[in-house]
Amino acid sequence: MADMIKKATRESYGEALAELGDKYCNLYVLDADLAAATKTGVFKKKFPDRHIDCGIAEANMMGVAAGLAATGKIPFASSFAMFAAGRAFEIVRNSIGYPHLNVKIGATHAGISVGEDGATHQCNEDIALMRTIPGMTIINPADDVEARAAIEAAINFEGPVYMRFGRLATPVFNDKESYKFELGKGIQLKDGSDVTIIATGLMVYEALTAAQALESEGISARVINIHTIKPIDEEIIIKAAKETGLIVTAEEHSVIGGLGSAVSDVVCASCPVRVVKIGVNDVFGYSGPAVALLKEFGLCAENVVKTVKEAVAAK
Amino acid sequence: MDELLKKQLMKTACKVRMGIIEGVYNAKSGHPGGSLSIADVMTYLYFAKMNIYPDNPKCPDRDRFVLSKGHTAPALYSTLANRGYFPLEELKGLRHIGSMLQGHPDMKHIPGVDMSSGSLGQGISAACGMALSAKLTGDTYKVYAILGDGEIEEGQVWEAAMFAAHNKLDNLVAIVDNNGLQIDGKISDVCSPYPITDKFEAFGWHVITMDAHDFDSIEAAFNEAESVVNQPVAIVMTSVKGKGVSFMENQVSWHGTAPNQEQYEKAMSELKASLEELEG
Repeated sequence: MADMIKKATRESYGEALAELGDKYCNLYVLDADLAAATKTGVFKKKFPDRHIDCGIAEANMMGVAAGLAATGKIPFASSFAMFAAGRAFEIVRNSIGYPHLNVKIGATHAGISVGEDGATHQCNEDIALMRTIPGMTIINPADDVEARAAIEAAINFEGPVYMRFGRLATPVFNDKESYKFELGKGIQLKDGSDVTIIATGLMVYEALTAAQALESEGISARVINIHTIKPIDEEIIIKAAKETGLIVTAEEHSVIGGLGSAVSDVVCASCPVRVVKIGVNDVFGYSGPAVALLKEFGLCAENVVKTVKEAVAAK
Repeated sequence: MDELLKKQLMKTACKVRMGIIEGVYNAKSGHPGGSLSIADVMTYLYFAKMNIYPDNPKCPDRDRFVLSKGHTAPALYSTLANRGYFPLEELKGLRHIGSMLQGHPDMKHIPGVDMSSGSLGQGISAACGMALSAKLTGDTYKVYAILGDGEIEEGQVWEAAMFAAHNKLDNLVAIVDNNGLQIDGKISDVCSPYPITDKFEAFGWHVITMDAHDFDSIEAAFNEAESVVNQPVAIVMTSVKGKGVSFMENQVSWHGTAPNQEQYEKAMSELKASLEELEG
């Protein structure tokens, strides 16, 4: 694993759009003066006539995307998660969600791993916000392979999709050849019987690493990757709850309203077992190097190991 | 304007106003004032101007209409019903459970509604998207949007204004309904958006002014709009909130209040009298 290639999913976003632009001539990309950072600049270079820079005006960008979708185009509206889901929330709700328009939102720079820019740009609330919009599909890919597959799946899906990408380069652990993305279906990456770690985004690889470490300490941990947070794969969660009796969730997002909450909703309703949430604990972030920050906030394999051990001990 | 057409439009506008009152009265809520102020321009657009297909409301080459001031949905619904998109009888279901006529326009369920709207400042952005969409693929349809004069206090309107001018959206016409009143009072007292014409000009729009209740003025404005190239067009129309119902005219209290039975009957008899006079 040491020599694993690392890549930020925002890079995957830009590259995938540029690749898919040939196949899907109805695909348009919108930006709010962040094409260099969202990496859609790659698309812009290849398809200048199909890239629309809306300037620093995210609210209008979302409305323009709605208008494009209402007239049959497939727009990808790109910005940082903070502005796409945060600033433009009400436009996403009323102009995209309510009429269920075919807009794809590419939200990059999600989570604490934005790093040095600090709290104003570290969006740990976007999943929570987007989950509350009826009919909104939410995808949070775990690596480059999954991100690319998810983007094509989103194009082929009719309806609004919120896609979450990261700034930090993270390990590409999925196998490009064998990987299959199925919207709304979780992926069991490792079986286990004592506990299930349900993770999303960059925490999936951390969860896998943690599970291997736990194995050597005699704890059998199942690992599930939930790339589609809404609609969530209830079946795989209920099965895990029944078979392992304990769930630990891991996400680079607030513990309020994100994956942990979504999993808890399912478990509470169908098979109540203890759910321990790893995430950002209702605090703002701060500036620092991304990897160091992830450790500070417990968003790393070491903390997953520690949390799982405590939870298993208390079982 | 051709006198015969003018008379026909005036009669239709009268019927549109009756539909507004009918809807709002039956709903026991809604926004009659700003609906009545746009009744004439709505009539002009749907009965004389726009390329539309009431029997095939989603026809791709149709002109698009976005009611950015979505709370005046009764005007849109009454116009659509009078134009044959759905039965007039539907208007009585406005705002009722089980009716397709939601309090604010819903494109998913109402034939002829091109964009859901209601949260102010958003419709104009969608209209920009539609106009840009036509430009991107060489489509020839035009996009019309109506905004309230209070609505333009929303910052998003000016994001859209910048965007439309930057992208030279000359297939977009935004109509600002300048009736001078918003919920909390006169727009000049609340948080003045004046001078409206200068603002749109400064943002790079071609600006035209018109009298919202004079079909000659309306036709002249839209004809001028047609000739503009490389710029979006803003038509700032001077209107009377509550126009056509004497006791509602220029009264801010009729922004969002439904008439009681007595007021309903008085309003309908006034409109009926106006219609009879035109038909006489």
